[in-house]
Amino acid sequence: MMDLLGFGGRGWGLQLLQGMGMTLLVAVSAYLWGLGLGGVAAALKLSGHRGGRVAADAYTTIVRGVPSLLVIYLLFFGGNSAATWVVGLLGFNGPVELSALPVGILAVGTVSGAYSAEVLRGGALAVPHGQVEAAKALGMNRWLTFRRVMLPQTLRYALPGLGNVWQLTLKDTSLVSVVALVELMRVAYLAQGATRQPFLFFTTAGLLYLAMAGLSGRLFARAEVWAGRGVRRAAR
Amino acid sequence: MNSPLVTALMAALPQFVTGTWLTVQLVALSLLVGLVLATLVAVMRLSHLAPLSWVARGYIYVFRSTPLLVQIFLIYYGLGQFDAVRQSLLWPLLREPYWCAIIAFVLNTGAYTAEIMRGGIEAVPHGQVEAARACGMGGGLLFRRIILPQAFRLALPAYGNEIILMLQGSALASTITLMELTGVAKAIAARTFQPIEVFCLAGTVYLGMSFLITRGVQLAERRLTPVKR
Repeated sequence: MMDLLGFGGRGWGLQLLQGMGMTLLVAVSAYLWGLGLGGVAAALKLSGHRGGRVAADAYTTIVRGVPSLLVIYLLFFGGNSAATWVVGLLGFNGPVELSALPVGILAVGTVSGAYSAEVLRGGALAVPHGQVEAAKALGMNRWLTFRRVMLPQTLRYALPGLGNVWQLTLKDTSLVSVVALVELMRVAYLAQGATRQPFLFFTTAGLLYLAMAGLSGRLFARAEVWAGRGVRRAAR
Repeated sequence: MNSPLVTALMAALPQFVTGTWLTVQLVALSLLVGLVLATLVAVMRLSHLAPLSWVARGYIYVFRSTPLLVQIFLIYYGLGQFDAVRQSLLWPLLREPYWCAIIAFVLNTGAYTAEIMRGGIEAVPHGQVEAARACGMGGGLLFRRIILPQAFRLALPAYGNEIILMLQGSALASTITLMELTGVAKAIAARTFQPIEVFCLAGTVYLGMSFLITRGVQLAERRLTPVKR
């Protein structure tokens, strides 16, 4: 039975590894896209601009209030029908199907961004206001204050929360398998269908997710130590 | 909005209602059993008996670090592979996607809630325990009368988030053929070729439920804080 996981003739080892690569690709791209989106949303929430604040609040409230699976369905099937409509305007007929990879990244990243926004907003609020005043007194302009004072400290305060968002994003990528993107979960599904060994393949997929979560968790822990160097702790 | 779409959505309304009802059922049942499981696991996690604590830690780690979809598929497809399971008394249960979904949700929310409960138990001031001991309470009574009620109160805000996460997780039941809200929406979207409108409608229902949950938790928090009552 174990040879089904190997790299030989009947083995699914290579496909599983490729699926894992695809999972990591989707997770990292979606996370970075979410980080950008979340950064903009957090900045809008903290800005004095009323319209921007309302838009950012609507984004985080709606996306965090509906299931990720629904967001994926909406962007995938809704995206297809919107693309078909646009193409129809240009005079072409027939249904259009968007590629699953970019839509999957977009969907998972949009969910990830809503959570990142809240974490980044909390991080920015944790930076003492006196620091901004001090920067102003030193003659720094807004951009320089943001880049030298706000950004590095916001990231440090937000790092633990951003680690949680990463774990969430990594697990959410498994949902993209329902729109037929061949990532780890999809490979496991196809393999169990072909071999009639669902327990073996879903356990393997679970262990691979566990490994990815564990290793990346270590990386985040190390990043926290790195970002917190030179900071005195209140306790311990 | 064209009128055929409105007619189609109106015709699908009963399906939406039954789908929503199934979602509510799945979430409520899973949360109820999950809370009992989580309390047990949290107590095990804090136990001075090392093996108990390790088992609890392992369970929490595994179920929090793997996707819910893996857990659902493992229980629904995976367990049926073994003859021993097929011949067991549990098979009538494990054959049904409904119960498989419930089992997966209970195990999943149990792991997350156990950590929330642990935080609640650890946050109960130690003076309370000392006072109870001074009154002659010990063991089960101390836990039931003093620690647990306060731990529940302290854990409530975090538990509110977990309720909403469970609501969102329940959408995955549609992947094992259950026609809850997301499953219904997907079927109707495929039939009417209007995915955007149908999924937005389902999303609105989820948002409404999230809103009600948030308000409910806020209300419970106020009721359970004696100063504010």
